[in-house]
Amino acid sequence: MLGSLLAAVPTPPSTFDGLTEAIAVFVLLLVFVMFRQALLHSQVRLYALQSLAVSALAGVLATNEHAADLFVLAGLSLVLKVVIVPLVVLHLLREAEVDLAGSQRFGVASAVLLGVAVSVFAFLAVGSVDIGGSGARGLPVPALGAAAATVLVSFVLVMYRADVVSQAIGFFSMENGVSVASLVIAAHMQSILEIAFLFDLLVAGVAFGVIMRAHHRRSASLSTETLDQLRG
Amino acid sequence: MSAVLIAIMVVPLVAAAISWWAGPRLTSAVTVTSGAAIFGLALALVPTVARGRPVGRARTVRAHAGAGSQVVVYGQHAVSALGNGLRVDSLSLVFLLATAFLYALTAIFAVGYVSAEHGAGALYRRRLFAGMNVFAWAMAMAPLVNNLGLLWVAIEVTTVVSALLVAIEETDSAIEAAWKYVLLASLGLGLSLLATVIMYHAGSYSLGQEYDLSFTRLVGAAGRFPPGTVRLAYLLAVLGFGTKVGFFPVHTWLPDAHSEAPTPVSALLSGALLATCFYAILRYYQITERAAGPTFARDVLAGFGVATLLLGALYLASQRDLKRMLAYSSVEHMGILAIGMSFASPLAVAGVLLHVLAHAAAKGTAFFGAGSVVRKMRTKDLERIRGGMGLLPWSGPLLVAAMLGLSALPPFGTFRSEFSIVAGGLSGSSGGAGQAVSAVLVVLVTLAFLGLSWHITQVMASPGPSGAAPLAKGETSKLMVLAMSVALLGLVILGVHPPGQLDNLFHGAVSELGV
Repeated sequence: MLGSLLAAVPTPPSTFDGLTEAIAVFVLLLVFVMFRQALLHSQVRLYALQSLAVSALAGVLATNEHAADLFVLAGLSLVLKVVIVPLVVLHLLREAEVDLAGSQRFGVASAVLLGVAVSVFAFLAVGSVDIGGSGARGLPVPALGAAAATVLVSFVLVMYRADVVSQAIGFFSMENGVSVASLVIAAHMQSILEIAFLFDLLVAGVAFGVIMRAHHRRSASLSTETLDQLRG
Repeated sequence: MSAVLIAIMVVPLVAAAISWWAGPRLTSAVTVTSGAAIFGLALALVPTVARGRPVGRARTVRAHAGAGSQVVVYGQHAVSALGNGLRVDSLSLVFLLATAFLYALTAIFAVGYVSAEHGAGALYRRRLFAGMNVFAWAMAMAPLVNNLGLLWVAIEVTTVVSALLVAIEETDSAIEAAWKYVLLASLGLGLSLLATVIMYHAGSYSLGQEYDLSFTRLVGAAGRFPPGTVRLAYLLAVLGFGTKVGFFPVHTWLPDAHSEAPTPVSALLSGALLATCFYAILRYYQITERAAGPTFARDVLAGFGVATLLLGALYLASQRDLKRMLAYSSVEHMGILAIGMSFASPLAVAGVLLHVLAHAAAKGTAFFGAGSVVRKMRTKDLERIRGGMGLLPWSGPLLVAAMLGLSALPPFGTFRSEFSIVAGGLSGSSGGAGQAVSAVLVVLVTLAFLGLSWHITQVMASPGPSGAAPLAKGETSKLMVLAMSVALLGLVILGVHPPGQLDNLFHGAVSELGV
């Protein structure tokens, strides 16, 4: 009888599973913290912290799998997403001499509630699709729900904010969500592709930066309120 | 033939590098040469890819063959290079031809366009030509790469480069358009990156943990992929890449970007880029059709197609900006492509592929004409543009012809393609649903025709306002007229007598798509 009782108790997750799921949820929670940040440089630092968490996930997975290509990926992710992209954006903010985020389109409480709703939807949606049965050697499948939620909540962040920097941070945060998803279900995708994706992100970041600077030169502002004239 | 693929990969990049560093004459010459070379190279691939392959003897008597005669299938060859990293089959060659044709003509148009703008500085010229060459390179690479991941990378590069080109004039409206474009398109491509990851995961069920994402491998093994996972990947891909195609409801960036970009860029955006992104959706369609059956893949495209066509047709009529009107026309035509693919009919799908080529020619002509009008009148406002036929003796009639082409009237290629699509919808195995959608298509295309013809009549045929200072009659640039003329000639050829090998290409592409 004791044996059947013990069999009914769910097996606790391994250290690897527990650690990586916690980091994946941390990545998601950072997007919610971004809702609350009024200062642009704080948002950039939160993005850098989020990218550090994603790089750490890649590093933990690489250690667990003894995969040299994942170490390279983790290193590149660290350099590009934790260092270079945040530095580029912070440089833009220094030039623009702007630090206060633009006014929001709706209240923080509404944004957080909407974020919670889409997170629940993401977890339920991922749970309803048959994913993870291929024996894929990656992060544990429950982290995929956090990854999908990060993507959707980042969309909410983009809608919520009314300045170009915050919207760009929302996009970069979404990419972090996709990166976590990739580590769950496609950890052994060809390294050349993963590296191509990373450099593409860098190039996109540069394009964002160029257009942000042009906007600031014309309007002396980073607000998107003046970017609403073309209609119909 | 593999050298042809490598040349297509290299030539535009070399042209871009030269355009950045060289003087205006050399830049113009190199860009035009690059465009012509890419089109020539794409044409050179046609005989190889479209040639026939005997597959056995006929068992029954057919209309033009007796029993026992040789059965030949066409368009099922491919050309590859770099260890199959680059690969052109019938499907990709159709899209490559559309891009290459428009690249060549846009290069000629752009030389005339920039020369006619007397205030265009050296920096603007360098950015425009170098940017156009890189843009064309990325659009040509998309159908060339034999890898789902690299296809995504190529399309992301087109986003980045074209967003910078949209912003090149640095006006308030150009920057607004560029920001909306880069943000929305990047968000959409984020979803399609997730689609790529999920599709990779679906493939790992049968191809193992580590494999390359080549189309040949994915399509070959798709029958063993889990259908639910593939459907999710397909849905995300249609929504993600559909942002760049201009599908409703993620189309909102398109009219702004296409109207605010310099006219040569607008022509490439509308005539080539949208179709290139649709090509990406078709590659996911190929896999989904084999993994999860054709119904789901078609239904998704039908839904997006009808909504997009409806939006394009309705908004087109209410426009006040000439280029914005053409942008909504592009939205309309992308809806037609999606609807055509949703019909379970080889005739409709062949019509879709012909429509890709015909739309490139028609939209190129139309934007070139719009560029001529805007250069002459110094405005895009349809309320203020009058007397175009009198002032522009060549561009005026050519623009009118282009508008008739966009409205799918004979003798243009768009008439032939849309006719095929509708005929396929009425006769295909989609049954009543296909017939209903065909009817909706005809009604909405008619609505779009009314909108286009109303505006173009006002612009071209109405006399100029009395009391206004008269403009000098005459074209602003012969090169702009030349580009328009050649584009329109291509549109007429596609309508009156498309080359036979095109038919073979379409046959091959239709069978690639599993129809």
